[in-house]
Amino acid sequence: MMSEPPWIRFELRSGAVTAIPLAIAVALFGVSFGVLSVSTGGLGALPAIAMSASTFAGSAQFAAASVIASGGPPIAAIAAALLLNARYLPIGVSVARFLFGGPLRRFVQAQIVVDESWAIAASGEGRFDAHRLIGAGIVLWLAWLGGTVIGVLGGEALGDPASLGLDAAFPALFLALLVQQLASRQAVVVALLGAAIAIALVPFTPPGVPIIAAACAALIGLARR
Amino acid sequence: MSDAWVIVLAVSVGTIAIKAAGPVVLGGRPLPDRLQGVVALLAPALLAALVATAALGSGQQLVLDARIIGLGAAALAIVLRAPTLIVVIVSAAAASIARLFAVG
Repeated sequence: MMSEPPWIRFELRSGAVTAIPLAIAVALFGVSFGVLSVSTGGLGALPAIAMSASTFAGSAQFAAASVIASGGPPIAAIAAALLLNARYLPIGVSVARFLFGGPLRRFVQAQIVVDESWAIAASGEGRFDAHRLIGAGIVLWLAWLGGTVIGVLGGEALGDPASLGLDAAFPALFLALLVQQLASRQAVVVALLGAAIAIALVPFTPPGVPIIAAACAALIGLARR
Repeated sequence: MSDAWVIVLAVSVGTIAIKAAGPVVLGGRPLPDRLQGVVALLAPALLAALVATAALGSGQQLVLDARIIGLGAAALAIVLRAPTLIVVIVSAAAASIARLFAVG
């Protein structure tokens, strides 16, 4: 039995309000995903919308879309996306003891953890506020899904967006995402190594495979930190 | 089922499982230190590989074309702290302009 309905909590609303500026950026990012998905060689309108609703992880969705657009096999697209989302394993562990309710409610709360809602829920010293997480997560999810739908509709209105130089959009997007991940010197070294591995393998493997092989660069993390 | 739906389904199910693993299965128990070190570096490794292949790859060939000019413009926009959608638009516009002048 619940002692108090979570939706009247102040923290829930404050999490949601804090997320609004980030939600605008996330929505615009969703628009990009929607537009690219209806380009030639893209995922298509309905799969893109279903993916944003159920996966809710932008960089992984772009990774899958990019591998498909370059003619890679579906298994490579899936592997690239899931390897990128592996970072949600330690992120999930970090919030685990602050979530509430039985397994089902914890399961649902875990799904709205993304980089942004996680950051908003952090209350210092490794502590997290589950209500702020939920408030922020819901706003961000609505923004991501809404942005994707707008992008799909807008992209269809544009005709074939790929003719507009959008093949240059993928590297630009990944660069923007990469910069956010370069928090340590080790991360910079791993990124350079990953790029080198991928470039070296392009001539010898089907598209998509070089990206997965680049994951080996992360094994540097086995060394003493 | 089309390839697109297979990918959407597999990535969704996999991501849902990854996100749920910590809170539902592991409780609050921490990951082994070494595993955590590797997992934390997967994103930079893969994103850098995605930048490289999306900018230079064309099937199984490496090609220098207008995309690299778009990437340069994107880097400039990122340094100027432009939002992601602006970074994308700048990159696409720079590549299109480069093509007008018959670069790649």
